[in-house]
Amino acid sequence: MATNYDVKADVYSKPLCAPKGTANTRRPNNTAFKQQRLPAWKPILTASTMMPSFFIVGLIFIPIGIGILVTSNNIQETEIDYTGTEASSPCNKCLSPVVTPCICTINFTLKEAFKGNVYMYYGLSNFYQNHRHYVKSRDDSQLSGNTKALLNPSRECEPYRRNEDKPIAPCGAIANSVFNDTLELFWIANESDPTPIPIPLKKKGIVWWTDKNVKFRNPPGKGSLEERFNGTTKPPSWHKPVYMLDSEDDNNGFINEDFIVWMRTAALPTFRKLYRRIDRKNDSQPTLPAGQYYLNITYNYPVHSFHGRKRMVLSTISWMGGKNSFLGIAYITVGSISFLLGVAISSLYCLRALLSYISFSTWRPRMPLKRS
Amino acid sequence: MSLSEKQSKDRKNGGENERLLQANNRNLTTSFGYPDNTIKTSKYNALNFLPMNLFEQFQRLANAYFLILVFLQTIPQISPLASYTTVIPLTVVLSITAVKDAIDDMKRHQNDNQVNNRPVLLLANGRMEEDKWMNVQVGDIIKLKNNQPVTADILLLSSSEPYGLAYIETAELDGETNLKVKQAISVTSDLEDNLELLSAFDGEVKCDPPNNKLDKFTGILTYKGQQYLLGHDKLLLRGCVIRHTEWCYGLVVYTGPDTKLMQNSGKSTFKRTHIDRLVNVLVLWIFLLLVIICFIIAVGHSIWQSKIGYYFQSFLPWEDYISSSVVSAALIYWSYFIILNTMVPISLYISVEIIRLGNSFYINWDRKMFYAPMNTPAQARTTTLNEELGQVKYVFSDKTGTLTQNIMMFHKCSIHGEVYGNSHGKVGAKVPDSEKEKVDFSYNKLASPNFAFYDSTLVEAVRRGDKWVRLFFLSLSLCHTVIPEEKVEGELVYQAQSPDEGALVTAARNFGFVFRSRTSETITVVEMGVTRVYQVLAILDFSNVRKRMSVIVRTPEDQLMLFCKGADTIICELLHSSCTDLNNMTMEHLDDFATEGLRTLMVAYRELDAAFFQSWSHKHSAAYWSLEDRENKLSVVYEEIEKDLMLLGATAIEDKLQDAVLETIVTLNKAKIKIWVLTGDKQETAVNIAYSCNIFEDEMDEVFMVQGKNYETICQELRTARAKMKPESLLESDPTSVPLLAKPKTPSVVPDEVPSGTYGLVINGDSLACALEEDLELELLQAACMCKGVICCRMTPLQKAQVVELVKRYKKGVTLAIGDGANDVSMIKAAHIGVGISGREGMQAMLNSDFSFSQFHYLQRLLLVHGRWSYNRICKFLSYFFYKNFTFTLVHVWYAFFNGFSAQTVYDSWFITCFNLIYTSLPVLGLSLFDQDVNDTWSLCFPELYEAGQHNLFFNKKKFMNCLIHGIYSSFVLFFVSVGTIHNSERSDGKDISDFQTFSLIVQTSLMCVVTMQIAMKTAYWTLMSHLFIWGSLGFYFCMLFFLYSDGLCLMFPRIFHFLGVARTSLNQTQLWLSIFLSTILCIIPAVGYMFLKPLFYPVSVDKVFDIIRHCMKFPLPPPVPVRLKHSNFRRSAYAFSHQHGFGALITSGKTTKSKQKKKNSCSLKI
Repeated sequence: MATNYDVKADVYSKPLCAPKGTANTRRPNNTAFKQQRLPAWKPILTASTMMPSFFIVGLIFIPIGIGILVTSNNIQETEIDYTGTEASSPCNKCLSPVVTPCICTINFTLKEAFKGNVYMYYGLSNFYQNHRHYVKSRDDSQLSGNTKALLNPSRECEPYRRNEDKPIAPCGAIANSVFNDTLELFWIANESDPTPIPIPLKKKGIVWWTDKNVKFRNPPGKGSLEERFNGTTKPPSWHKPVYMLDSEDDNNGFINEDFIVWMRTAALPTFRKLYRRIDRKNDSQPTLPAGQYYLNITYNYPVHSFHGRKRMVLSTISWMGGKNSFLGIAYITVGSISFLLGVAISSLYCLRALLSYISFSTWRPRMPLKRS
Repeated sequence: MSLSEKQSKDRKNGGENERLLQANNRNLTTSFGYPDNTIKTSKYNALNFLPMNLFEQFQRLANAYFLILVFLQTIPQISPLASYTTVIPLTVVLSITAVKDAIDDMKRHQNDNQVNNRPVLLLANGRMEEDKWMNVQVGDIIKLKNNQPVTADILLLSSSEPYGLAYIETAELDGETNLKVKQAISVTSDLEDNLELLSAFDGEVKCDPPNNKLDKFTGILTYKGQQYLLGHDKLLLRGCVIRHTEWCYGLVVYTGPDTKLMQNSGKSTFKRTHIDRLVNVLVLWIFLLLVIICFIIAVGHSIWQSKIGYYFQSFLPWEDYISSSVVSAALIYWSYFIILNTMVPISLYISVEIIRLGNSFYINWDRKMFYAPMNTPAQARTTTLNEELGQVKYVFSDKTGTLTQNIMMFHKCSIHGEVYGNSHGKVGAKVPDSEKEKVDFSYNKLASPNFAFYDSTLVEAVRRGDKWVRLFFLSLSLCHTVIPEEKVEGELVYQAQSPDEGALVTAARNFGFVFRSRTSETITVVEMGVTRVYQVLAILDFSNVRKRMSVIVRTPEDQLMLFCKGADTIICELLHSSCTDLNNMTMEHLDDFATEGLRTLMVAYRELDAAFFQSWSHKHSAAYWSLEDRENKLSVVYEEIEKDLMLLGATAIEDKLQDAVLETIVTLNKAKIKIWVLTGDKQETAVNIAYSCNIFEDEMDEVFMVQGKNYETICQELRTARAKMKPESLLESDPTSVPLLAKPKTPSVVPDEVPSGTYGLVINGDSLACALEEDLELELLQAACMCKGVICCRMTPLQKAQVVELVKRYKKGVTLAIGDGANDVSMIKAAHIGVGISGREGMQAMLNSDFSFSQFHYLQRLLLVHGRWSYNRICKFLSYFFYKNFTFTLVHVWYAFFNGFSAQTVYDSWFITCFNLIYTSLPVLGLSLFDQDVNDTWSLCFPELYEAGQHNLFFNKKKFMNCLIHGIYSSFVLFFVSVGTIHNSERSDGKDISDFQTFSLIVQTSLMCVVTMQIAMKTAYWTLMSHLFIWGSLGFYFCMLFFLYSDGLCLMFPRIFHFLGVARTSLNQTQLWLSIFLSTILCIIPAVGYMFLKPLFYPVSVDKVFDIIRHCMKFPLPPPVPVRLKHSNFRRSAYAFSHQHGFGALITSGKTTKSKQKKKNSCSLKI
């Protein structure tokens, strides 16, 4: 609690008006900052100066929107839902947990050839990868190859931290629930020959460079991957341990790309994740010619219990990413609204300006009061 | 509470009913446990600083709230955020405050040490020993020398001056600069400086317990079996300074915390601004909103948990402690409570403090408020009230020393029917002083160099030896109670009780009748170079009732003369019948003087016959020595001799207005600020000044006088006034009558009324006291508030405060009280804002004020420039700050619908930590420290701009709702544009873009761009600093992004920094930038539309003024038109006199006190 007793009042201090003289003067400094006279740009934002901005926004946004929309519409995309909850679906049989492994095949037709590089995604719906408890249920330290964390995972991983007294590697709910359906694509070159031609699917190059090379690291050590993971156990839902995810060493363990893709959790409950790449072979041949295709699914991943859905998506890519008409439409809409607003405001403004012109023209300003 | 206060309180609780002490007996006094003379104004020491400071800080609601949040965040089951998101900002805020407190306290420690270690002469073991102030104890005898501050409250024992007098200056205590006299009782003054006697002195004092009444002290001294009554004129208080007294001895009565000075330093009332209160209400609203949102989300979570979460357990099993969806919902409630806490941002309060501090510095730095002659810059003593300066609606001003300079100039006089002082032309045709020729007083070596007179005919008359002129000036040099001081030969300084008197004596001095020195029985006057000694036989002192004073002298020619001066109404009735013609002529002159606003006095004399005087003298001493009813008896005796006077003439003194008071009041009036003058002065003087400084105008429809003495007449007067101003306001149906009829004891707001013309109101102190007591206060308030100007005269300090309180209670506006004297302190403390004029009347007003400067006209700059800027800035700050945090926080609410209400945050937790504290703090501080909508010249040129603040147009509940709605809209845009961008979409290299971290990045970058654009829109004054802060902060955000998401940092602490590589992997995506651009434009379009369409279609008065200003900026201004100084032809006469008693009693005290033989020869009062 402050008291208003000022000790200075008790001190018989020097007289209030100090003798004149430059040395003792208490006149504040004449700096632009202290006198609040800093040089400044003073934009006068009035209706008349701001009006053009509405038109400018309109004129910029509409072309961008059209550009985006055209690009987006040129992207070829096909989507196959293979959840199998409908009785007619070939994968319906796989809903029963008894059938293991369950393989189902869905055939579909591409009406147009996919020309450029094609990307194959799996999509999940109603899958809450963004649930708080799910998102945090991982140990980035363990995934970065830290040996200490490998054997003693973070508590965030509970209840997938330890299994039968052994630390789980990789720990946590995210890793445990890794997507484990296998998708294969076959093309039927001509209808007379029903032998499907398998489409080569590349499983590498589907993750961020930083994830693969910096963030995710296998535990250090000289021995084989299995030795380096010694003392850990696999997540409960996994069929095989982490060091047996792939035959190639640079795609095994924590740096397995399918695993990394899964570990980069989605922001929304409906998402798609890159599964495989189908690279264009040469310019003359389309990557995926039009025609009949089979999608072969090893159905392992149960989603129907929580009304989830699974999809396979094939898509080409443009300079601005995948097929997404949202931005295009949004740009066109905002641009048009802004333009219309500009028209409306300026007509109203002109009307008012006309009316108020008379009052302005008769007005004469006064000057500030001058003091000596 | 300071420790010192506590101590004294404790002792009070212990029941100190009276204080007992004995001189030179420490053993006795220590047994009572009186404190020693140490003062302690500091709060902390090195050991208790941390706990005490933290404890105090957590007593603030906001800090406590965040502490609770920190605790909540440590519960892992609840916490969606790492606790550093709150701990870091809280620590920063707490440490800033702690450092500030520590520095303040350090200064106080230094001051305390300095004061406590001052040397003092203490009587111990029969000799004077030098000791420190803090070692002085009750019962000690100390010696004080000239110009020394008084160590403690001491009882004056003896002094070097005759009659045991000691002179003190009490400027630090009550603000009065004139000297006060204290007198020791004779029994102790005989001790003189005899150390043996003093050491042997064992008087016992029984007196009041410590209290804070400066002018009350009663005690009994028991010495040698006899009892002596002690009054407050025997007590020297700590804080005073000894003057003109070579030495004095005193007995310490109250020490340290018990001294009246310290007892008076009770806690200062903490003033809060309207905006403060509004913000507190809004914070409460936000808090309620928070509770509601959290509840809705918790319900949503419960539903989600039972519909989806339950089945999703194969992938995300429930924690052990979650038995049902309801339990989960209860936990989620608190989780969201934590996430959404940024709606009430921790940095709000500290930012507001910083902004106010900055704006206070601007006031201190303003060269245009620096007064060079006094070398005083303006000072913002309270740094928390700045924006209130932009909202003032009522100004309560003191008159003397505030509107006027309190410098009295002898301007004109009328001597025996002849007017002197009209240098050029007729009355009223004012010629600036500089153009007139000063009278040359070089013939008089003792003339005061500061005196200026512009009519040489008077000098000629003096030199000619005109009888009447001689008598006139002789009377001026004899009839007064001024005490002269002549330190250097020829340099006379007069100590006058009132400045009027000083002016008159100085005038006489310059014209060659130099009042040189006085003793209790003689006055020495150098008359045209000849020294003459007049014997003073009696001083018939001034009093409020008598309105005159007289002095009876025996001239060197052994002639008995009575000289009298006083108010014209009084004197003209006492005149001899032979003077009627002269009187009429003089009255005409007086009317002329009054028209010019001069303060007038009449001067008369009477030759006395020795026998008559002899008989009168007996009556006089009988009356003087009578114990009962002395005052009355004396005045009766005085009347007997003060009659049949011969008129000499009249004086006219100019009470000079301060510089530019007129212009200031015109400007303030234009800003719709109502000015009330509250003065202790007489009605005539006050009204006169009111006219001359334009509070009243000649064109006014009517000026009402309220002078009634009882309820009925006052009520009648007020109602008549109201009936004239607005007849319908008396009807019961009028809305303003409702509070009147409802007999409100509870404060309700009285609405403003518009009268039918311009009116003025004058109310007397007595009538006011009556009106305030008798439930007429609302009648009074309504009548007064309809008037353009209100003058309250004859006010006591308490009444001044009561008037301010009255307006404060029933009117919505902000009140400002401005004054310079100790009598203004109560009003300065009562008003929302107190402004002290650091002028001639000491420091008291200034010490109690919130702002201080030395010229009244700085008020317009303080209000119209600094106040308006501060108000605009804080409003811009608040609306932007709330908007920013709503936008920032509410995104989480939208996200809740997509993540199963699981309290997943949208942003990286580091972004949450840094957003308010680092990324956005500088731009908003820059805005609220540098922004100017128009510069100071325009602000002063268009006082109409000020109205926005009075009606609180720039930030109110409606504006807050706008911020809220805009915030909701912006968060909606930010969230859904980002969702639309990433939903089912891919990056340009085919990898999925819909991962959480990229989404986070998009939303937070969009948010940064949006808030940056918003502040850019709000900034009207782009200094280099603004550019640096605004664009710099955005740039800094990107730098931080790359730093926080860098490989090194993330690998070092992988569990804390999760977002490895997101910045460089995602920021190259076209979609991301398109999304950010879209969000930014979408968010600012409505703001821009509102900003420019609203003034177009729903303009408020301020908008129109802005249009005019813009118009003016485009076209060159016409040449300035000087303000016309108006002169009225009707003014009331003014009477100059202080309404306090003069020094008469003191001067004559020599006759009534036994004087000392050895000093008799040199007993001139060496003041």
